Amino acid sequence: MFRPAAVEDSIVHIQSLSKIYFVNQQEAGAKATVHGIFRRKKTPVQAVDEISFNMAPGEIVGFLGPNGAGKTTTLKMLSGLLYPTSGTVTVLGHIPWKREKTFLRQITLVMGQRNQLVWDIPAIHSFELNRVIYRIPPDDYQSILKELTDLLELGPLLTKPVRNLSLGERMKCEIAAALLHRPQVVFLDEPTIGLDVTMQRRIRSFIAEYNKRFGATVLMTSHYMADVEALCKRVVVIHHGRLLFDGELALLLQRFTSHKTIIIQLSECQADLKVYGEVLACEDGRYTLRVPKAETARITERLLADLPVVDLLVEDPPIEEVIDRAFTEWNK
Amino acid sequence: MKALFQMYLQQFKTTFASMFQYRASLLIWMIGQVLEPLVFLVVWSTVSNGNGGSVGDYTTGAFVSYFLVLMLVNQFTYTWLMWDYEWRIREGILSFALLKPVHPIHSFIADNLMSKAIQLPVLTVIAVALAFTFHAVLSVSLWVVLAFIPVLILAFFVRFLLEWTLAQAAFWTTRVSSLNQLYFLLLLLFSGQIAPLSLLPHSIQIAAKILPLYWTVGFPTELLLGKITPSAALFGIGVQAVWLIITFFLAGAVFKLGTKAYSAVGQ
Repeated sequence: MFRPAAVEDSIVHIQSLSKIYFVNQQEAGAKATVHGIFRRKKTPVQAVDEISFNMAPGEIVGFLGPNGAGKTTTLKMLSGLLYPTSGTVTVLGHIPWKREKTFLRQITLVMGQRNQLVWDIPAIHSFELNRVIYRIPPDDYQSILKELTDLLELGPLLTKPVRNLSLGERMKCEIAAALLHRPQVVFLDEPTIGLDVTMQRRIRSFIAEYNKRFGATVLMTSHYMADVEALCKRVVVIHHGRLLFDGELALLLQRFTSHKTIIIQLSECQADLKVYGEVLACEDGRYTLRVPKAETARITERLLADLPVVDLLVEDPPIEEVIDRAFTEWNK
Repeated sequence: MKALFQMYLQQFKTTFASMFQYRASLLIWMIGQVLEPLVFLVVWSTVSNGNGGSVGDYTTGAFVSYFLVLMLVNQFTYTWLMWDYEWRIREGILSFALLKPVHPIHSFIADNLMSKAIQLPVLTVIAVALAFTFHAVLSVSLWVVLAFIPVLILAFFVRFLLEWTLAQAAFWTTRVSSLNQLYFLLLLLFSGQIAPLSLLPHSIQIAAKILPLYWTVGFPTELLLGKITPSAALFGIGVQAVWLIITFFLAGAVFKLGTKAYSAVGQ
């Protein structure tokens, strides 16, 4: 059962954190354009709205929310890139936006759509630069580099110019560069975005391994539910900047799963199964039915009694579907 | 200190490797650096010849020397911070730099120094070749050489910190090219790049001496050409030192304000 980390035990402590941006707004048309030269209309946008949560040492937490929910803004505040409008944050006992050197040496931020590696030259040069910046002793550096090279299968990639690497290869190098100094707290913003399934899986297992081996605390955003499912027991969900859920992933799924999927194998696709539930598909006698969660047991029983069922399977709906449903409900 | 030295060394290696990735563009860049002073050199030499061999206190040979020395001084003190900074902010690269436990200014300084180490020897050879071609006149005394070294180093740091301060504008607006244009126009006029300061109107000469730009390009150039007396050189070093202090504190303060503004908006 999930129990939130007590303030005194937490590595990351967030209390009533808010961030308001002021953005220029201009309506369409020449008149509005001319008007905009003299007077700009600034509109406040509440990116993060009074969110609070703690993270215990060694935890991997999934930070979920639709686009524009405030996830990246929160990660930037936690890593020290952004000043909040109000609220308090401590990460490893430091106030992030003070950007103290002792704090910066213990954290890292990986942004899937931005890169820190020098574009024109091999990644190993950027690694070497990080070695001296983070003052990693030569022996430690060699062993960490070897470890990361093995885990992420970087071998030949290190000596190729970054611009010649594929997206997935570059991401692996980005992650390695960000973890060379063995940060205790890792903020990952869409680390698998745009990668193929194999590469996603590799990055995922690497994050799990890194967490296990070094006890690092990881806060991760991802639109790929497979990432969240594989790595995060606990999820924090925000929407329109507000915290909507903080707890076990299983609990979130349970709360928003209103239907189940029953798959039955008959000899052919001739039976009319509408009376049992919504027929989603039928192929070679294999029916997929969507039924209300509360009635799953009763319908399963009826199906077995009424039809010559060869095989039967009851499944939860895909996690994406559940999350989508949760956001839709919260929108209401 | 040792760690910072190692960081500089590594940044030198990184810049070295990066610059040689694009050899053709490096060459074109250097040609551009030579062409501008060459145009002024030809124009002023022609004017001088048409004027009986001199304009003001500059003979045709002195004009040649002036623009060739100016080319090298300008190359030594030049930075591309204002473009680079804006680009790094726009691409989000600066965000990563801000999350590193070292001030981002160091990587810019190291980057600039390394590129000068690569380009200056080539440009010096070109300048010597041009000096022979255009019959430059130059005689340098020992005290001038000894004074020139600290003056040039001071000029580099004053210009670097000044341009670093101006580059911070990119924290507030990501369209800084018009500011850059204005700055380079002022630099052209007040630093002595368009013509030796003594040939410009008196009001411009006064403005140039008040502003820092002349002290970063024109002053070291005139010093090496023997146009400056020892007492004026000493005074000039004093002015450079004052500008160094002013720009040092200004650069620090504006960076602090800039990062705060940047942190309010994010990138």
